[in-house]
Amino acid sequence: MLSRPSWFNITSLVVGFSFLYLPIVILIVFSFNDAQLATVWSGFSTRWYGGMLQNEQLMQAVWITLRIGLTSATLATVLGTLAALVLARQGRFFGRSLFSGMIYAPLVMPEVILGLSLVLLFVAMDQNQGFWTIMIAHTTFSMCYVTVIVQSRLSEFDRSLEEAAMDLGCPPVRTFFHITLPQILPGILAGWMLAFTLSLNDLVIASFNAGPETTTLPMRIYGQVKLGGTPEINAISTILILLMTVGVILASVLTKRQRLKRMEEERLAAAHL
Amino acid sequence: MKKPLGPVRRAFSPWDNPSEQPFIEFCNVTKRFGRVVAVDDLSLKIYEREFHALLGGSGCGKTTLIRMLAGFEVPSEGQIYLQGQDLSGVPPYKRPMNMMFQSYALFPHMSVTKNIAFGLEMDGLPSREIKDRVYDMLALVRLEGFAKRRPHQLTDGQRQRVALARSLAKRPKVLLLDEPLAALEKKLREETQLELINLQEQLKITFLIVTHDQEEAMTVADRISLMHMGKIMQNATPGEIYEQPNSRFVAEFLGDINVLDGQISKKQDDEVQLYSSVLGDHLDVHYPTPAEVGDHAALAIRPEKMRISLDKPEQTDINAIRGEVWDIAYMGDVSIYHVKVAETETLRAIVANTTRLVQRPITWEDQVWLSWDSDAGVILLA
Repeated sequence: MLSRPSWFNITSLVVGFSFLYLPIVILIVFSFNDAQLATVWSGFSTRWYGGMLQNEQLMQAVWITLRIGLTSATLATVLGTLAALVLARQGRFFGRSLFSGMIYAPLVMPEVILGLSLVLLFVAMDQNQGFWTIMIAHTTFSMCYVTVIVQSRLSEFDRSLEEAAMDLGCPPVRTFFHITLPQILPGILAGWMLAFTLSLNDLVIASFNAGPETTTLPMRIYGQVKLGGTPEINAISTILILLMTVGVILASVLTKRQRLKRMEEERLAAAHL
Repeated sequence: MKKPLGPVRRAFSPWDNPSEQPFIEFCNVTKRFGRVVAVDDLSLKIYEREFHALLGGSGCGKTTLIRMLAGFEVPSEGQIYLQGQDLSGVPPYKRPMNMMFQSYALFPHMSVTKNIAFGLEMDGLPSREIKDRVYDMLALVRLEGFAKRRPHQLTDGQRQRVALARSLAKRPKVLLLDEPLAALEKKLREETQLELINLQEQLKITFLIVTHDQEEAMTVADRISLMHMGKIMQNATPGEIYEQPNSRFVAEFLGDINVLDGQISKKQDDEVQLYSSVLGDHLDVHYPTPAEVGDHAALAIRPEKMRISLDKPEQTDINAIRGEVWDIAYMGDVSIYHVKVAETETLRAIVANTTRLVQRPITWEDQVWLSWDSDAGVILLA
């Protein structure tokens, strides 16, 4: 039923969206502000985008953040997928509930506590804090997200496919790579994307585990804002927002188009009896 | 593939030949899942080139049995032999048999060709030969035009044929079929049943089918094992299992049957007389039975072997009892008459509607006679 929206609906929609997106819009608008002071509008300019690229500290932070994100997301995806396979496939084994509880704990654990405990561990192990400690810390907390996604994908997976492969002479390990992996790949990719995003966004855990040479982008932004934000920060934030938006739209368009194509093909197959 | 149905299928009964070695043998196989016994101390011999059906309701253990043969389940006790060789410890990917799955289990990310070629590639055959064999298989199931399609671009019937082609591509010694036609609509299913029979005669390999559909089992199989609660209730040809059921369970599982409880009142060789207290009448039966005079037994007669008439039949050497037409079920090809022969007993008679008369001479509440020959019924002891 398509009926005319009432005034109440329109108002609540406007208020809700403003609440969510007004701050972001303001950030984007001020990234094009000519003035040095971030709060006063003095004309349109793109000079902060150029300045941002000249800012060596900022660019270094971007580079470190990307490296940590790529490595920790990859490691978390491998470990998280293995954990999901064990949980989905091993059936009931001794310590299963403990294992799954421990896998999922970081989902609800306060970041501060997670960060602190990791610091204590690295100090006890006499490790210098830096790239590796942040990378391991990010792997630890993002792994559980990968497990959740991959496990849900595995639960939809028709196990008779694996049996069919083995029945046709395919040993178990080859079966995993030939049959299982291609089927759960979308879940694994989604898990990787999520882990990468989480690593990119993280401030708290990174702050705990960072060394003097390793300042990630969120840490740099946070530090700069505390000293009074510069428009350069607005510029780089705008670029981040843009990248995220494009990523999300691309992903949803791709999956939607795939689904539509599939539905169309199934309809055609049924019609040509 | 569609050749006319041959005049008569060859007389094939290796199970009657005591010197014949079984191709597949289950020896006292038991399978437990926790406390549930799925297969209970079961023994079964299947012969080379036999089309054998495992028939039973859900949970009877038929699927567990076929999965143990394929190697997906390990028997808790007992052995399974293929051509005399013990299969225990042989993983599924090393067993010379292939299975067609109920869900077809086609690999969704591979084309029809790739699906069929999968097993051949696993065997490391040269690509030239793989190509030829895949082509042969596509021709066998008449899907030449669909080689490049993905499974989701096919209809149910086409998917079923791809699954069949894939499981036959490796030329297995045994083809296992797990409810292969359950997803097809009735007409297509009946056609495919005949195709399966032809295919089996053409390829000359042993087929083992699991099904819950008795008509399907009767149509395709040389022999049927009727399973119930992990045991085989009867293992016989379709004709035997229908006409000479060994127990009330088998009699009632296959088709419709009238069962009258009673007591043996007279016996001379195969000529038996059964007294039914419900009818208050002695019934003549010609049937070999170990039962003795005084034993409790039941007489079972298929409804299609019953005759129904308004007047008392003139013959005297048949059984005839009076009753009242209680209900008539018109099915088109046949009508089923429910005749009340006693306060607590209603028997059914099936009459073929051979004329195009809508108005039948016999109708509700008519007083009628039900009659049957003495050799139409079966004596059941269990």
